[in-house]
Amino acid sequence: MPSLGADMDEGKLVEWKVKAGDTVNRGDVVAVVETKKADIEIEIWEPGVVGELLIEPGVTVPVGTPIARLNGAAPSVLPPPAAAGAEGGVEAMVLPPPAGGGTVGGNAVRVRVSPLARTIAQKLGVDLGSVTGTGPGGAITRVDVESAARAPMPPTEPPPAGGGRTLEAAAPPTLDAPQPPTEPPPAGGGRTASEARQLAMREAIAALMAKSKQEIPHYYLGSHIDLTRALTWLESENRGRSVAKRILYSALLIKAVALAIHDVPEMNGFFIGGEFHPEKAVHVGVAISLRQGGLIAPALHNADTLGLDEIMAGMRDLVNRARAGVLRSSEMSDPTITVTNLGEQGVETVYGVIYTPQVALVGFGKVIEQPYAEGGLLGVRRMVHVTLSADHRVSDGHRGGLFLAAIDQHLQEPEKL
Amino acid sequence: MTDDQILIAVKKVVREIAPEADLDTVPRDADLRQELDIDSMSFLNLAIGIEEQTGVSIPESDYARVTSLNDLLGYLRQKAA
Repeated sequence: MPSLGADMDEGKLVEWKVKAGDTVNRGDVVAVVETKKADIEIEIWEPGVVGELLIEPGVTVPVGTPIARLNGAAPSVLPPPAAAGAEGGVEAMVLPPPAGGGTVGGNAVRVRVSPLARTIAQKLGVDLGSVTGTGPGGAITRVDVESAARAPMPPTEPPPAGGGRTLEAAAPPTLDAPQPPTEPPPAGGGRTASEARQLAMREAIAALMAKSKQEIPHYYLGSHIDLTRALTWLESENRGRSVAKRILYSALLIKAVALAIHDVPEMNGFFIGGEFHPEKAVHVGVAISLRQGGLIAPALHNADTLGLDEIMAGMRDLVNRARAGVLRSSEMSDPTITVTNLGEQGVETVYGVIYTPQVALVGFGKVIEQPYAEGGLLGVRRMVHVTLSADHRVSDGHRGGLFLAAIDQHLQEPEKL
Repeated sequence: MTDDQILIAVKKVVREIAPEADLDTVPRDADLRQELDIDSMSFLNLAIGIEEQTGVSIPESDYARVTSLNDLLGYLRQKAA
């Protein structure tokens, strides 16, 4: 059972897409696994012949449990999982859980059908094979299922009350977070699938944040940054762009943080096994709120090397896929620092909780027009309060202050971002 | 475009951005971003979708003129004419 990023400690096999004796090639979908957040199609990354299927559909097993054997597999490109190694040319078809902060190379997974969509499809008698997905990445959403059901005849019943988004994305990566409660939410306890999923996500977030608050000696710093120059530059830039090519100021913030890491690298990496492991690559976790509650912070890879257009495209892609539950496991496990922007909710100051095992989180509040004195002159400037939550085991306030100053400095030169 | 065509186009775009929202229940003069819980990325997607559906490109400087559904419909009526 692969760990699909997230706070995933177990998964339920929904169905096998292969049977013993089938020849599989890299990228083939071999099974569908239900996590707390979404159904995920498991792709195989080794060619071979399917040997024994070790677990039956409907069975829930912990992450790391072999679920099938693959014969004739080439030497694994993935680190062998601790729980299941090769046995005489037979390799367990299982991906390792992401080691603390490490990446699980290339085992991209994609969601096609949410549990909710699947449930509704069963209820409405819709064949999922006949439904065209319109969600990001072609994911079949609840709306698609309902549309398909409606096609021959309008439904006589309204959609289930409290219905919402069809797909929930996975929760933030926990990596070595404590095991969430192993008891599943009470089945059939009067909860809708959507409610059960939200409960599961809340549990996942709770486990991660509790661990963070218990283990990380946070320190918090705040600084008011004048965004007037950056925003003026951006507005001018956007005037010359088509709607689809416009850049949101969040992209500037992310790039400025990513560049500031070059100045203060101890904000970037993981604290694992009692020591800090700095990371050279800057993978910024972008905190994204989900429409039905909960949040997720997938990685924008190598953000320090991306131009603003690329950051914007990456953000758009992450937001769309996060909200449809179509994230890849590497995006869940890779972030080396997180950026959250709560300004749109009217928040002036963010007091963030670090996503363990990361060691820093940068929060941005609302952009506010304020009277501001500089060089003896009073003017109205557009200001934002940026805060840093950082791990005192790794850095001190002095370095944190330099980090915020570096973010400020980069935002004063938007044309260089 | 007729008023009905504009409304249908807007509903189509909103459905893509906020599938769970029912535009019919949103007061016509309420702040759309608040009512539909639309963030700046979703609002940008709304603007992109509206351009695709109606051909009207809403410049950033006009965002303040399209806060409610009534405002938006009026704006599009004027620009799409």
